[in-house]
Amino acid sequence: MTGSGTNVVWLGSPSFPEAARPLLKDEQLRGNLRRATTTIRERRLAVTGELDDWEELRTAGEALKRRTLRHLDRYLEQLEESVTRAGGQVHWAADAAEANRIVADLVHATGEREVVKIKSMATQETGLNEALAEAGISAYETDLAELIVQLADDRPSHILVPAIHRNRAEIREIFRTAMARYGRPAPEDLSDEPKALAEAARLHLREKFLRAKVAVSGANFAVAETGTVAVVESEGNGRMCLTLPETLITVMGIEKLVPSFADLEVFLQLLPRSSTGERMNPYTSMWTGVTPGDGPRAFHLVLLDNGRTATLADRHGRQALHCIRCSACLNVCPVYERTGGHAYGSVYPGPIGAVLTPQLVGVENAASLPFASTLCGACYDACPVKINIPEVLTHLRAEVVEAARARRRLPTAEAVVMKAAGSVLASPARLAAAQKAASLGGRLLGHSVRRLPGPLSGWTDSRDLPVPPAESFRAWWKRTDGGRQDENDKKDQKEGT
Amino acid sequence: MSSRTEILRRVRSALADVPRTEQPGDVAVPRAYRDSHVRGEEAAVFAERVAYYRARVVTCAPAGAPAAVARLLGERGARRVVLPGGFPADFLPPGEWSWLRDQPPLGVEELDAADAVLTTAALGVAATGTLVLDAGPGQGRRVLTLLPDHHICVLRAEQIVGDVPEALRLLDPYRPLTFVSGPSATSDIELNRVEGVHGPRRLDVVLVGEVGEIAEKGASR
Repeated sequence: MTGSGTNVVWLGSPSFPEAARPLLKDEQLRGNLRRATTTIRERRLAVTGELDDWEELRTAGEALKRRTLRHLDRYLEQLEESVTRAGGQVHWAADAAEANRIVADLVHATGEREVVKIKSMATQETGLNEALAEAGISAYETDLAELIVQLADDRPSHILVPAIHRNRAEIREIFRTAMARYGRPAPEDLSDEPKALAEAARLHLREKFLRAKVAVSGANFAVAETGTVAVVESEGNGRMCLTLPETLITVMGIEKLVPSFADLEVFLQLLPRSSTGERMNPYTSMWTGVTPGDGPRAFHLVLLDNGRTATLADRHGRQALHCIRCSACLNVCPVYERTGGHAYGSVYPGPIGAVLTPQLVGVENAASLPFASTLCGACYDACPVKINIPEVLTHLRAEVVEAARARRRLPTAEAVVMKAAGSVLASPARLAAAQKAASLGGRLLGHSVRRLPGPLSGWTDSRDLPVPPAESFRAWWKRTDGGRQDENDKKDQKEGT
Repeated sequence: MSSRTEILRRVRSALADVPRTEQPGDVAVPRAYRDSHVRGEEAAVFAERVAYYRARVVTCAPAGAPAAVARLLGERGARRVVLPGGFPADFLPPGEWSWLRDQPPLGVEELDAADAVLTTAALGVAATGTLVLDAGPGQGRRVLTLLPDHHICVLRAEQIVGDVPEALRLLDPYRPLTFVSGPSATSDIELNRVEGVHGPRRLDVVLVGEVGEIAEKGASR
């Protein structure tokens, strides 16, 4: 498996620290992010705090996901049987290219040339829109934020609020300049009031909904026992896509299963409160196969692997597949709040992206992401299904180091330095000598070292290096007899004045 | 090899550490969470939480329902009102309305041009302020409550359950289900909540209880 074949990472993306550097200087972006993440954090805390059994719900959610993953083969077969029995058709896609091919073939079979889409992480991951365009099919995003991203030929930067990096004035400009290219233009006198912008999107998309014959969606949950699929949304564009067209194609990661219908009682409490910070999101749709006379006449469910089985094979890392895409971890992350989502160079940004992306595409293809964290653990606390993100991050960091070691015949500069450090730290005499040398060198350098030279520059790419102190602790201890001499000196000075 | 076979093979090989004798039930799921966060006063909690989403809630005695519906319809001068089959005659408002019945099925243009839709619901969930529609009598096809810009839903107080677990136990997964919590909304622009994107921009709930004057819960937070 190669990273480029999965589409999870954007081709040509720089490493995280490189991508983050210019973003950190973008004051507009940082302002937008700070406002947005602060608001949503407060809302989440208010609605999770009102449930005195929130921890018990998290525990149940984690256990249900663990049960599902440990018996995933069985549940997948059961789901296929249930969906088929209810009149749906199940397709299996080993990778992104296969999923895209299946969807394009299904659309072609209907004779249609356009589809409406509900926001879906899975189809972003497979790069479906681009693949459909190559197959001569236009895909229209209908979620407001996804529409903004699509009209601006931009990339999403947040799982829940993909256009979180845009403010109202920017959105107004995007609508005014780009809507006409895709259909109904924006009103001449469009203001930048959120209400007016939402109204423009409503009018622009309505004609597309009313004539749509094929829709593509993702899925939040699928019930193995009954074949029921659930989509959780706010705007109603999901309901439009799920009920108006004749053909519905749902692309879903194989980990989105839950065993039984009753298990949704846990996730329908965990997800909206963690995600938008609401007691319940405005609309949740559930359907089982096809219902004669109500909604699509054909239902296709595409089950997508695309690196998930590789993730499942890692006993420490597989918990990343518990993720229900709520994005709470993004909103509490001090790193995400400052860099935004684009720095992660992946469909999956933030803490969950830092553990999911390297596993989906292989650590060698996203080697900087496990380090894009301070390991503060806020993400673990916020996660509604208790993914221990810091634990997986440190596990993946070790894998990155191992992978680098395996690739090179010569050890890396970092490995050489670490080995030398080991030797120095093992001997008091060598340590004393090294500290003395460092303090002499440090005096020449000012307050901090922005960049180490040559092969050591990797260390300073993402951090400033403090200058060694003029006197090491060990040297001070020796000189002052553990501080006693120093105190006497001070006393002497006082008495002398 | 088909992708189905290949994916299942990969899954099984990835799970090599799971003992072959382990059954799904062997992975314990502690269900120490509450069955409901609301005990008693379900209807009052429901009304308060629906109103929080800036939907309008009107409570009334059964005999007052037709007048309450008529008033809500009349406020915006609605004329063409979609009426699903099986809507209870007891709740039909007096007056001159142009009823759009879904027999034969209404086209999307007709639905889009309708002023309002009047339905019942399968049940209400107090803790989350949610209406659940299951395409039963008085509710009709899913699209009926989607295209008209104004949805009026009549719910009897005894249809309200405390919380999500109780609701799921009562619902049939083989029917198309729509959970509605307030009018359609988006927070995609600077996280400002805007009501009304694609679904009905106005949601009114007529809550029919055994007792009580018509008391309105305002659309304020």
